[in-house]
Amino acid sequence: MVKSVLGVNHQGLTDWLIQRVSAVIMMLYSVGLFAYLIMHPGLDYAEWHALFSSKCMKLATLLFILSLLFHSWIGMWTVFTDYIKSFLLRLVLQVFLLLSLIVFFFAALWILWGV
Amino acid sequence: MAKQRPKNLNLFTIQFPLPAIISILHRISGVALFLFIPLVLGALKLSLSSAQDFDDLHLFLSSPLMKLLIWGFLSAFIYHFFAGIRHLLMDVHVGDELKSGQLFAKLTMVISIVFILLAGIWIW
Repeated sequence: MVKSVLGVNHQGLTDWLIQRVSAVIMMLYSVGLFAYLIMHPGLDYAEWHALFSSKCMKLATLLFILSLLFHSWIGMWTVFTDYIKSFLLRLVLQVFLLLSLIVFFFAALWILWGV
Repeated sequence: MAKQRPKNLNLFTIQFPLPAIISILHRISGVALFLFIPLVLGALKLSLSSAQDFDDLHLFLSSPLMKLLIWGFLSAFIYHFFAGIRHLLMDVHVGDELKSGQLFAKLTMVISIVFILLAGIWIW
């Protein structure tokens, strides 16, 4: 049986689970970050830079980015398969989506690495 | 006999129930958030590069137009967040029946609007 890398033979339960686990991870991270921002109204560069210098924050941010990329893949894949009828256009969009997510991942690594 | 059944194909008289609107807005806000990823990553990079870049970015984002864009981003985020919680609750069978479903759809709408307004106050 030929398996498509673009997810035509997806395991639905795995997608369902990844979507929920990544959602909970992103909820925890974003609530934490918003709480930090609200508690630091006049935030300056030194404080902000110090926050992202800590190993904990880097790890949490990386985990958030990974969750975001998996979450976006499943979400956008669902939207494409629901509304784009043309196979060719869908293929092009999905390849473009995959490439964007890879670029976002390396951009995020580069940003965190540079702090 | 089958031909006698009532038909209604006039789309203008068919209304989406609130849970359906909640659902489609969840999709639209999700796609919008995806499109915001490169912008947010770019802003994060600038904010962490140097004190000069941080201040430049801060000034740039203080213009009314940019504040509106940030509010748009936060609105999509807040909505997607609460509509997502509604999904998680429905997974454990909270609010997945007709009456409770309508109640939770209303709650999602009301809570999102309150937080979107609060976000607007926070930005300005």
